[in-house]
This record gives sequence, C-alpha cells and structure tokens, in this order.
Amino acid sequence: MGTRESGSRPRMAVWKFASCDGCQLTLLDCEDELLSLAAEVEIAYFLEASSAVGPGPYDLSLVEGSITTPEDAERIRHVRRVSKRLVTIGACATAGGIQALRDFADVKEFASVVYARPEYIATLDKSTPISANVPVDFELRGCPIDKRQLLEVITAFLACRRPVVPSHSVCVECKLRGNICVLVAHGTPCLGPVTQAGCGALCPAFNRGCYGCFGPADTTNSRALNTKLRVLGMSDPELVRVYRTFNATEEQFMRASEEDQGPEEDRA
Amino acid sequence: MSVGGSVGGNALMDTVVIESLEPLIAALQSAGYAVVGPTVKDAAVRMAEISSVEDLPAGVGDVQRPGNYRLAERGDEMLFDFAASPDSAKRFTQPPRQRLFRMRGQTIEEVREKAPRVALLGVRACDLAAIAVQDRVFLGRHPDPTYRRRREALFLIAVNCAVPGGTCFCVSMGTGPKATTGFDLALTELASPHRFTVESGSERGAQIVAAIPHRPADQGDLTAAEEVSRIAATRMGRHVDTEGIQQWLPAAHDSPRWTDVASRCLSCTNCTMVCPTCFCSTVEDITDLTGEVTERSERWDSCFSLDFTELSGQPPVRSSALARYRQWLTHKFATWYDQFGTSGCVGCGRCITWCPTGIDVTEELSAIRDGTGETSCIR
Repeated sequence: MGTRESGSRPRMAVWKFASCDGCQLTLLDCEDELLSLAAEVEIAYFLEASSAVGPGPYDLSLVEGSITTPEDAERIRHVRRVSKRLVTIGACATAGGIQALRDFADVKEFASVVYARPEYIATLDKSTPISANVPVDFELRGCPIDKRQLLEVITAFLACRRPVVPSHSVCVECKLRGNICVLVAHGTPCLGPVTQAGCGALCPAFNRGCYGCFGPADTTNSRALNTKLRVLGMSDPELVRVYRTFNATEEQFMRASEEDQGPEEDRA
Repeated sequence: MSVGGSVGGNALMDTVVIESLEPLIAALQSAGYAVVGPTVKDAAVRMAEISSVEDLPAGVGDVQRPGNYRLAERGDEMLFDFAASPDSAKRFTQPPRQRLFRMRGQTIEEVREKAPRVALLGVRACDLAAIAVQDRVFLGRHPDPTYRRRREALFLIAVNCAVPGGTCFCVSMGTGPKATTGFDLALTELASPHRFTVESGSERGAQIVAAIPHRPADQGDLTAAEEVSRIAATRMGRHVDTEGIQQWLPAAHDSPRWTDVASRCLSCTNCTMVCPTCFCSTVEDITDLTGEVTERSERWDSCFSLDFTELSGQPPVRSSALARYRQWLTHKFATWYDQFGTSGCVGCGRCITWCPTGIDVTEELSAIRDGTGETSCIR
C-alpha cells in the first residue's frame, strides 16, 4: 500500500459482482467517518456512490459479490490486474454467498423454473468466491460486513499493518458484551460456537441465536454442536438448512450440513 | 493479601441482625458506591446496578445442569436463594476490555482507566476465593496498579450460599459454602421472619453497619445462620477428589479421555470466559485513519482460541482441541499450584453450566484419574 507521498492519497476502488449491495452500503453507512476516510484515500471508483470514474490502477480494491457468470470471471481478473491490494468484503465475495446454494443443485433446472426464456441466461454452474478466481490479500467476512471491521481493515492497509480481525467464535464477543448464552439459558439454537466473531454478537444481544453470517470460526466442532442442536429439537433437514445460508460452501459449514459426517479435524 | 482494609476472617464486631437491606443499600450509595447486585434479566440472574431492594430477584431460584440453566419461580420472599450467576466478580476486577496506552505521533499518553466505586452485593464464598486467586495473579510478583485501584474500589458484600446448584462443588475445593474471609460484610439470609445476620470483615464494613439500624444477633439467629451453611454444604451437586491431583493429572498426559472430551469440546471459550479465575488476555493495537493516533488495549482472551498460541510465522502451539482442553484442565487443577500456590478452581461450577455441550470438569477429572489407574480402590 502506498504511503501518502507528495500529498497524494492512496486510490481506492469498490467493485460489485453477484451480490445485494449491502456490503457496499456499509461503506456509505460510515457516516461519521466517511469524510475522514475521504481525506485519507481517494475514492476513485465506487459506482454505488458516484458515476464519476477515476482511471486505474488502484492502491486498494474492495470487492463485493461472487463470480457467477463467464463475464464476471473475466472482469475479476481485470480488477486484480489494476489493483495493488484486493480485499473481499462480505460473504458473497469471501464464500460464494447465498447464491452458492446453486452448487447443491442443478442451476439449469432453476433457470428453467424461474425464467420464461432460460436460453437467455448465461450463468455458471457454481457461485465461487473471489479467492477461487484470483489471489486475494484479505477476506472480510459477514452478511453484511461490520462497519467497524471495514474501517479497521482500510485503516490497517493504510498503516501497512495486520488488521485486528479476530477469527475466534462469536461466543467470545457474547461474553465481552455481557450477553447471556441463549443456547444454555434459553435453549435457543445458536451457531455462535462455530461462527467467526465480527458482528459484535448482534443477534444473541437481542436473545436470538446466531445465524452464522460470518462463516466458520478458525476452529470448529460442528459435530458436537449438532448433537446439542438435536437435543434442542432440531431435525436433520433443519440442521442442513441452518448451515446452508450465506456461507453454505465454506468447508466446515458444508461438512456440518452433511448427514454422514466423519470426525472433524481441527485446522493445524 | 490485604486489599482495601480487609482484615480476614476475624469479625471486627459481633454479628448483628438487620431486618431490611434498604438502609444498607442507601448507606452504600451515600458512601459513594454504585450498588451492583443480582437482578433478573433475559431469564437469568445477572449482576447489575440496583437502586433498591425492589430490584433484587425475590422468590427466584435456578436449576443448573451441565449445559443448561433455567430460572425457577419459588414465589417466596427470599432474595438470594439461587446458585452462581453467570456473572462473577471478574467483570469488575478485570473488565473485558481496557485501554492500556495511546500514542500521538511519538508521544506516549497514559490512559488512566476508571476504577469505579462498586459495592458488589451477593458475592458467594466461591467468588471471594476466586478474587483471592486473582489477587495472587495480579498483585503477586508483578503487581498491576490498575487492578489494585479497581480492587480497592470494590466493596464486597458476601451473602452466604443457601441453595447451591447442580453444578456446584465448592466443598471439594475447600472454598465454601460459608464466606470466611475476604469480604467487607458477610450476610446470611434467614426466613420467618425475613432478616439477615451481618458480620463485618473490614473497618469500612463495620462503619457501614454502624450507620444503619441493627440489633445484636441472639442465639436463635446465630444457630439459624449456621444451619444455612451446614445444610448448603450437604447439597453440592458435584464432587471432585483432589487428593494427589498435582501428581496424577499432569501424569495423565496421554490419557485416552482427552480424545473423548475433545470430541465434545467446541473450543468456543465459554468455560474460560465465565470462569472467575481465568485471567488470560491479549493486546490489540489499533491506529486511527490518519495514522497519527495509536492505541493499545487489552481484552479477555482464552487458551481455547487458536490465535492464543500463534507464534510469528509458525502454526499455533496447541493446534488441536485435545491439546487446548488438556492444557486448560491441567493448569486449572494442577499446575496452577506450581505457579500460584493454590488451585485455579474454586468449585463455582460455571464452566459446567455454561458449556454449550455440557462438558463436566468433575466427570472428566474422575474419568482421567480412573484411566490412569489412580483410583481410590484398595485392591
């Protein structure tokens, strides 16, 4: 990442692929910090905010969305070429997103049911994360991403340091925040123990179980969690559904959702 | 360890009786303390600031089992007939997050974190023992001045435990159920008529008692109070045989039980977060957007998180759940003695109740001991 030599600010670009725009909106949602951010980086390409397009190359590219079409598979290579650093923002770009549910089925069948003229649809069989297509410098999790974490990542790249984005479970955030454990005290199914922190334990703070928006934590034992979730009354099809949401094709969640699970290995 | 004028177990004055907690709460507030006591929130007993007796959980009990916590309405007038709350005193002695220092350019600015005057009402004997453990950690060889300030600002009002929970084992750990040391005031709640015996454990405790309406305790009061603790001691939900644990637990390094417990362990960190003595933390450095201001802060961390044993350019030292669980249990019950001269466990049972998959340390210890041949069998 370039330093601000001779008064020039690093140039940032924000790109959209298959996604809902929620993560890009998180950047615009940085209302109080947006002016100070703009003072430090030149937001050169951000169609969600402005149709004025500054030419590349860019020092930092934030990429939202997954790759689902042949055109996008080509476009992400272009983005990589014009970007010094590439950071994915959100579950789609990092894990394939909710649209990766197509990976478990036949996308042609979906198209035939949804579209009047399915032959007009040119789409790939799978929805893949950016890292499956080009090298990625950092992956920011979440559906959507967390505003504080986004600012932290940009700030860290400005300071040429490692972002403080812990990969431990949501349980840590619950305890830091003082949330009651909804699994233990209420019997509410919760994916917190296998989900990476980052949201600030938002759902448990409102007595809801964690939905796993931030994907698997660094070390998970979903087999043990599933045993508990079954005790709480969840059926096998329900277990499949809770893991198959925004991070369905993340390896640990994929294994967690599969009926015939082998013993889970820790990441070494 | 003498903090805040505590004088240990010798009562500074004879045990007295108070009919209501209202004057006590008011006296503490007048002395500048925020009174923090048990309240019901989100279907659990949580420690939170209270303004009057009305805020206390009258008639509320709890049922605690491995991985399971439920409130139970009794409907009587008792205010403290429940076992350990998920909140220990740790939240007040060692807050989850605290700033350490800030740098503006090259200049270091000390950050003086607040040490609020807090009166903790309803502390149990196990919690007092846990505070004593933390005192040895933070005021021992490398005293932490911020911890000391917070500790001195903490006024501790024990309420002797009358209804231990299904996961309690303070008797095994020698820490309860009766508070004998480390408090400013120790209360025992008595029924028919509803009243409290009060014992002072410090000068400042005695001063508070002197300022509120009270009468000397008669023999009936004293006998009733002794009965509360005697009966509580017979109601432990769990038991641990600690004999020789410093030897047999570390020696059980290769016990097959570690594989078994690791298959149930989520590595979620809940046990360590609710543990009143687990003190591990990490430091995080952040910068602001301009890069001018840098801040270092400390937050609770856990030996169950993978990052905890990460070394530069190396894989984590304890990469498997097995290694992490073994490290935690062995340290807590055995090698803690080598480091701090006591057990790291006070028998509060929180790690059992709040483990989502219900891992029971007492059961694991018993299985590990049996598996290493160190049983109590005489044949």
